[in-house]
Amino acid sequence: MESKSKNKQIILRVQNLKKYFPIRRGFFQKIAGWVEAVDDVSFEIEEGKTLGLVGESGCGKTTVARLILKLLEPDQGKIIFRGTNIGKLTEKDMKPLRKEIQIVFQDPFGSLNPRMTAGLSIEEGLRILGIKKGKRRKERLEKLLKMVEMSPDTADRYPHEFSGGQRQRICIARALSVDPSLVVCDEPISALDVSIQAQIINLLKDLQNRLGLSYLFISHDLNVVSYLCSTISVMYKGRIMESAPAEELFENPCHPYTISLLSAIPDPVPGRRRKIELLEPDLSDSLMTSKGCRFQGRCPIEEPRCLEEKIGFEKVGEKHFVRCWKAVKK
Amino acid sequence: MNRSWQRFKKSYLLYSFKQDWVAIASFIVLVSLILISITAPFIAPYNPYDPLSIDIMNSEIPPAWIEEGTKAFIFGTDIQGRDLLSTMIYGLRLSVIIGIGAVFLQAFLGISVGLTAGYIGGKVDAVLMRMADIQLSFPYLMVAIFISAIFQVVFGIGRFEELAVPLLVVIIGLAEWPVYARTVRASVMGEKNKEYVEAARVIGLSRKIIMVRHILPNTMTSVLVISTIQVANAVMSEAALSFLGLGMPVTKPSLGSLIKSGFEYIFSGSWWITFFPGIVLIVFVLVINLLGDWLRDVLNPKLYKG
Repeated sequence: MESKSKNKQIILRVQNLKKYFPIRRGFFQKIAGWVEAVDDVSFEIEEGKTLGLVGESGCGKTTVARLILKLLEPDQGKIIFRGTNIGKLTEKDMKPLRKEIQIVFQDPFGSLNPRMTAGLSIEEGLRILGIKKGKRRKERLEKLLKMVEMSPDTADRYPHEFSGGQRQRICIARALSVDPSLVVCDEPISALDVSIQAQIINLLKDLQNRLGLSYLFISHDLNVVSYLCSTISVMYKGRIMESAPAEELFENPCHPYTISLLSAIPDPVPGRRRKIELLEPDLSDSLMTSKGCRFQGRCPIEEPRCLEEKIGFEKVGEKHFVRCWKAVKK
Repeated sequence: MNRSWQRFKKSYLLYSFKQDWVAIASFIVLVSLILISITAPFIAPYNPYDPLSIDIMNSEIPPAWIEEGTKAFIFGTDIQGRDLLSTMIYGLRLSVIIGIGAVFLQAFLGISVGLTAGYIGGKVDAVLMRMADIQLSFPYLMVAIFISAIFQVVFGIGRFEELAVPLLVVIIGLAEWPVYARTVRASVMGEKNKEYVEAARVIGLSRKIIMVRHILPNTMTSVLVISTIQVANAVMSEAALSFLGLGMPVTKPSLGSLIKSGFEYIFSGSWWITFFPGIVLIVFVLVINLLGDWLRDVLNPKLYKG
């Protein structure tokens, strides 16, 4: 482990990331429009810390994850991993950096090869590290399984013999097999039972403490994110609406979208009711418009210029940024 | 090894096999036919390839249970005086060898093309699959006539006899590889967007390893199913080519060329020369198709998992 002072280093910095998908229509597959799945997204992850990316389904969270992992090519913007802009790297140049960033997927059923035993799936990573078949590889495999709290004899079982939680542990072990420094968790618990969710979250947290991992934790569950993350970014329709340290965001939310999200969290104390800020249902198709605010039509404090002008990402406090006129004025 | 045997014993495959008497019967018939063809030199009463064992005086003797028949030739003899049973056993052997050989060639070509086209996609996919379309648009008979014509020009008619088997394997193999290519491509395209493939990419495995180690095993079910049907098709194609005189020569008859050689004498009363090889061919192909049907039903999860 490196010294504490180095902990403040930024492991991943994403700047003005953009990814537009074409909408093709008709016989000749002409481009009829663009889905701005990720538009002008910026954030930073500190070494050993966790950034929570929160948003409703379809808002582009997973696209951000796939861009960082280079499963997709970004259209614009930079993805800087420890000083290297990996957004522009070719597959070949990316190879040595590949193992540094790993992913745990949402669906523990689709993310393991059904024809490979758990052990073989995990060993694929050890092969990349150049660990030859034999005693050493077996030891590493057992160590990895122990790390995710599975017994070593589960190694020669097939994925269909495991429960969802166990599969997710195997996925985590596979991600850790190549000694990554950043793990992207793409809703790793939303397909699991509540009791198992807690186990997996505690496992992730424990692993972070032991291995000094950094996480990009994608979720739609603010409770989970608040427990795990030091910084939270709220995403809506391809843009980050608000970004702040976890406590700051909960105490002092500025964007109307964040406020309504926070008010929707159920309160554990019976009888104590907060006012729930219900939003209008979203009927618009405004993912495709880049004019004005993305939140238009659902915003309770909307004014005419929100429909026209694009709003910048403004600083309102220490590490607290908001994309809203009114919030900035406050 | 022992573990996988245990796994197999508990598998759904074996269970459903035991439940299905058609599958069991087909399997028994198929295995015995293949065993007979493998052990042909030991169990056939005569060697039809040995000119010394053939007596032209024995030609066109009817089967044993007909008045003029003799016990020496149970199914009678053909026009050259060869024992029909022995010739059929040896003919079945040739048909099986050509059928399986052709399917291996088809599978090798088709799987390589389908895997590459499906995984890489884009222009590579377009070029490879148009090649497959072009290949399929040629009737295989035309391909066969073409190749044998070229062959006879290059090597001379004299050597045709000894090289007929590999030649037929190549002809039938080349004619039908697109069937594999299409099936494999379709299942590769279904598999390649699954998250386990993305996880493999993220770990840093190379394209080749992902294709061969991760995707290919997951397309094997459909390959297995079409393979059974394709063996039956290849045997039929071989018989058809031989019947047209483009396949195995009369000196080394396969089932198809036996049917053909008997066909010329069918109106003079020697029906058995065509009839028995025909029955063997039909049973062989039918049994494979029945097994293939059963296999498809079992391995197609949509039919039993709901």
